[in-house]
Amino acid sequence: MFPILEARSLAPDVVYFRIEAPRIARKRRAGQFVILRVKDGGERIPLTIADSDPDEGWIALIVQGVGKTTKMLNALTAGDTIADVAGPLGEPSHIENFGTAVSIGGGVGAAIAYPTAVALKDAGNEVISILGGRTRELVILENEMREICDEVLTTTDDGSYGIHGRVTDPLAEMIRSGRKIDFVLAIGPIPMMKAVAETTRPHGIRTVVSLNPIMVDGTGMCGGCRVTIGDETKFACVDGPEFDAHLVDFDTLSARNRAYLDFEHHRLEQYEHRHGAGEGLFPDPEKRDAETHDPETHDPEGCHLARRIRALKDEAERTEPQNATSTPGTSASRPEE
Amino acid sequence: MASESGPKKLTPKERMKIPRQSMPAEDPNTRRHDFHEVNLGFTTALAVKEAQRCIECKKPGCIQGCPVHVHIREFVALVAEERFEEAAQIIKQDNSLPAICGRVCPQEEQCEHLCVLGKKGDPVAIGHLERFVADWERNGGGLMTVQRPEPTGKRVAVVGSGPAGLSCATDLVKQGHVVTVFEALHELGGVLVYGIPEFRLPKEIVHAEIRQLEKLGVEFQTNVVIGQTVTIDELFGEEGFDAVFLGVGAGLPRFLNVPGENLVGVYSSNEFLTRVNLMKAYCQDSDTPVIDLEGRNVAVFGAGNTAMDAVRTALRLGAKTARIIYRRSADEMPARKEEIHHAKEEGVEFVLLHRPLEFVGDAERRLRHVRLQQMELGPPDDSGRRRPVPIEGNETTLDIDLAVVAIGNEANPMIQKSSPEIEHTKWGTIQADDETCRTSRRGVFAGGDIVTGGATVILAMGAGRRAAASIDEYLRTGAWEAEPDVEAANADSNADANAGVKAAE
Repeated sequence: MFPILEARSLAPDVVYFRIEAPRIARKRRAGQFVILRVKDGGERIPLTIADSDPDEGWIALIVQGVGKTTKMLNALTAGDTIADVAGPLGEPSHIENFGTAVSIGGGVGAAIAYPTAVALKDAGNEVISILGGRTRELVILENEMREICDEVLTTTDDGSYGIHGRVTDPLAEMIRSGRKIDFVLAIGPIPMMKAVAETTRPHGIRTVVSLNPIMVDGTGMCGGCRVTIGDETKFACVDGPEFDAHLVDFDTLSARNRAYLDFEHHRLEQYEHRHGAGEGLFPDPEKRDAETHDPETHDPEGCHLARRIRALKDEAERTEPQNATSTPGTSASRPEE
Repeated sequence: MASESGPKKLTPKERMKIPRQSMPAEDPNTRRHDFHEVNLGFTTALAVKEAQRCIECKKPGCIQGCPVHVHIREFVALVAEERFEEAAQIIKQDNSLPAICGRVCPQEEQCEHLCVLGKKGDPVAIGHLERFVADWERNGGGLMTVQRPEPTGKRVAVVGSGPAGLSCATDLVKQGHVVTVFEALHELGGVLVYGIPEFRLPKEIVHAEIRQLEKLGVEFQTNVVIGQTVTIDELFGEEGFDAVFLGVGAGLPRFLNVPGENLVGVYSSNEFLTRVNLMKAYCQDSDTPVIDLEGRNVAVFGAGNTAMDAVRTALRLGAKTARIIYRRSADEMPARKEEIHHAKEEGVEFVLLHRPLEFVGDAERRLRHVRLQQMELGPPDDSGRRRPVPIEGNETTLDIDLAVVAIGNEANPMIQKSSPEIEHTKWGTIQADDETCRTSRRGVFAGGDIVTGGATVILAMGAGRRAAASIDEYLRTGAWEAEPDVEAANADSNADANAGVKAAE
């Protein structure tokens, strides 16, 4: 059993968890994930580790409630336990001084892109962050990003905040204006990552995406997470989850992630029928959301992740470059849904 | 010898007149719709009668045929005398998982193959008797006596809770060592729980066997992925172990490498069986889905035991057609005869001498057809089996909704990546001495599929036992002999591994 130390809403149905898992916390490096089961009889889902503290023995996960399992998870609070957490799994991110790096986070992917931006900055890169969301309240961690990046751009699909458009719009504009970009990391829904890959492809800009296929064991045993990378089949769990964006067959990945859509909808309906829908899953939804997510009133100090990242940054300035997070898949649930 | 209450002792002639008793089984038309165990087990009367067939050879071949050398003649004689509890004790001296082995061992190739009765007629049904005794004991017939040996103060980490790890742990704990078993998944048992279906090996039996090991004092830790969560260095360092046994299994599925293999609806047998067995996708309330097979057409590629498990599972999930597609002929199918027989009884179709060329999907990238190439048998290949060669121009297309690729496993590279100092073969398996199970790293032993490539439960158990004996010796003497002849031993075991892999194809 893995005790939850902190559970905090970052946006509607996006929850930041700190979970006691000392062995994983000691081992975890940027880009790696865990497989968890919320309770007995539950499914195994992969979730990227957003942060960890090896001394205090915890890992952080940022979870978007999309399907039954992630909603069930997001209904848990500090003091509750998670039945199974195994990891860290997958290969760590490759971080180096590329020159100018653009870190792109779509939706909840932004929260996970945040520590990567820190790592890229620490490695000496000029870091530009692009944060996108469907609407204003889904653009998260902007203030935190502003503190560590050289530049932060925000986009919303509905124009309610920042640039009215997609994350690829400012990226394309930068490229068009002749700005030198050496590295792009894109984390978010599949259509977004695909669009980023197509934006940078003609210019030969090195682009990495973190993939979130459906997994069962997460250790290479089932092969369910196989992705087509160029001419090869790779297992995202042991070969990834990060891959060269220009070689990824996004359409096959998208189709494979939709394999169980009917089943997932059915399970979610059953669950919401029993527990009440949407925000009602929070123990005290109004209070919990009000505390947090208006981008203007949101206090980054209130979020353990932000405090922790800032501490890391301070420490990094004093000592050597610090590895941090990256990655996607903040839910086995498919973000494009 | 016969106890007063037992049946009277028969003469050899009388014994040889008794026909082999057949295993009662569920009706094929009923069982193809459910996951209940197919073989029902001998009744006491059947077991005693079958045991009476044993002529108690002076030099029993059966024991030589058993990878863990169960004292078969003794336990069968005790069954004939209805002394079941003593029979159970005899079996357990050598086999810690008899209820499992009695169900899944290929006895026809091992103990029963060497039974002298088999020369002229049918061998003694040793497997069925082993199962009977183990079930009798588990169902409360026996008194569980646990004797804790003198503690040695040594600690052993056993990596993997499959057949190799469990048998190794059992022997080690009986020798007085402190044993911790690490399992990557959330449930214990390895292939016994994720691979072998309920209808062939009820999970309750696996759980019961594991509970016995817990009673013996074995500690189990789930959710620990050795190489990722904890490294082998750390097992020796901060975790404080004196020796490590790697019984992690093969665990990296092989695919066909034909176009369309990543379409929705193509599974590895590992994934399909894990979803259904470990994650219980066959139960209404499981949160883990498996593609809905009601009224669908399923094709399983390969003809080993895993392929039979997959195709029979597909039938039980409501498939309209469930086919085995195999590139060689019926004679080369590596599965146990009993499994093939059961599959046929249940309505599985066998499409032999066909090889897949391509999986074809629809606009949604869901599997719709498979293109097949007809084959014929040519001259023998390295494995001694006749090589299948294409008959040019003979292609067919089959409508299928689900494909399961069951052509074996390769070695999972996780240990190799995190512990490069442990020598591996070019197939990715761990180099270990066949007898001592020693690897190239002091204090680290390995056995089972991670050394041999995909094989059987009982062979893995045999390796686990040899490793336990070797670990015990190492812990008592502290001697790690000047480089055991690892290379020579591995030349052999690799040849075996290769043969094993081929057999699965």
